[in-house]
Amino acid sequence: MRTDGAAGLHGVAPAVETRGLVKWFGAHPALRGINLSVAKGEILALFGPNGAGKSTLLRILAGLMRPTAGSAQVAGLDVGRDGDSVRRVIGVLASGHQLYEALTGRENLLFAATMLGLDRHAERVAKVLEKVGLEKAAEGRVRTFSSGMKRRLALAKLMLHEPKIMLLDEPFTNLDLQATKLLEEFLMTSKITGATTVLATHNLAIGFALADRMAILRQGRLVFDARRDDVSLESLRSQFALHGELWEVE
Amino acid sequence: MTFARRVLAIAWKDLVAEWRDRESITAMCFFAFLVLFLFSFALNGDQTLIRGASSGLLWLAFAFTGVLGLARSVQSELANDCLDGLLLYPAEREAIYLGKLLGNFSVILLVELISFPIFAILYNMDLWPQLPKLLLITVPATLGFAAAGTLLSTMTAGLRAREAMLPFLLFPMTIPLILAAVRGTEVVLRHESFELAMPWLKLMAAFDLLFLVGSLLTFEFLVEE
Repeated sequence: MRTDGAAGLHGVAPAVETRGLVKWFGAHPALRGINLSVAKGEILALFGPNGAGKSTLLRILAGLMRPTAGSAQVAGLDVGRDGDSVRRVIGVLASGHQLYEALTGRENLLFAATMLGLDRHAERVAKVLEKVGLEKAAEGRVRTFSSGMKRRLALAKLMLHEPKIMLLDEPFTNLDLQATKLLEEFLMTSKITGATTVLATHNLAIGFALADRMAILRQGRLVFDARRDDVSLESLRSQFALHGELWEVE
Repeated sequence: MTFARRVLAIAWKDLVAEWRDRESITAMCFFAFLVLFLFSFALNGDQTLIRGASSGLLWLAFAFTGVLGLARSVQSELANDCLDGLLLYPAEREAIYLGKLLGNFSVILLVELISFPIFAILYNMDLWPQLPKLLLITVPATLGFAAAGTLLSTMTAGLRAREAMLPFLLFPMTIPLILAAVRGTEVVLRHESFELAMPWLKLMAAFDLLFLVGSLLTFEFLVEE
């Protein structure tokens, strides 16, 4: 268990760090004192039942939401104070695909490239479209895309600026086998280049296969946090079942 | 340069989406037509009544259609969590505000321009020679209305009762601007000297400045959460 906010791997400053993170929605606590530290280049899989606080944690890390108490740092920057600098280094794949349906696939990416302040727009866009296998469909409006194609396009958008820190919320939802493989490859390639990933998912098998660390959130608390070497898929399943069961009882 | 590109990119995105779907423009034009048509019936061609009420009716139609356009604009950002996506870009919040403002302003102004001939036909007025003067009133009034509306529509985007809250907040805030526009338009429609409209134009310019500066200063705080 590592819920103490310790420094990341090899003593390097953590890429993501939260201390005593608390978030209340009215009278309902969504996060109750999360201490978390993710090292540079690490992939953290965040598991938990619906309503456990996974998306809230990711939204706070992305700067889309202010915590009620506690602090969150991304790439050594305070998310609340240095929001603009944080947004330069992060890439977010949210549960909503965040694409404009009236625009074509290519137009969506060109718009994203402009907003990200990137150079060589057309070249970058063509490259990521090829990577996700949408180069032929890119001239069609997103409205006509299937759910899987929209997820691929959202993935292409994430790839555009090669973010140093990725916050992914259920990224495997609606992805076919080929696109799942593509995302897995992208995460592993990004890891080699030093990118850090926080991945919230229900899929234990995929999360286990990809992550260096696994954590379970339950009712806004971090109840399990272990390195991949210290845990098997079976023991992860039993931990998840245990905490799922507690969730049901409570 | 990047700032200007981002502003234009957001406005371009909104206008292209509107051009392809024509959802807002169609609804707004229909609504403007309906308001003008119903009041033309109510006034029954009485030129004395029309002269007295026409500028007020015109701005009543513009204010309601403007709210409709602003609500639809923010609705398009809420679909698929696009507003979150927009806020996640490392773009200055001011650029996002100005981009949205430019898009909203263009759509509302376009609907107003389409409404002028409808108004001229229904109320039997020769607006063509007055059009440049009318535009001198319409452009600043629309800019101020869109400036306040863009801020408030984004601010209320996260509320469950956003469609009720937007007019509830926007109309009281823009009353001085709309009154100035009504008075200015009245001067033009009555063929009076444009000098008489100057105080109203100055008032509108002051409100535009106030809304623009105020919105630019507060947008960042209002869009968070």
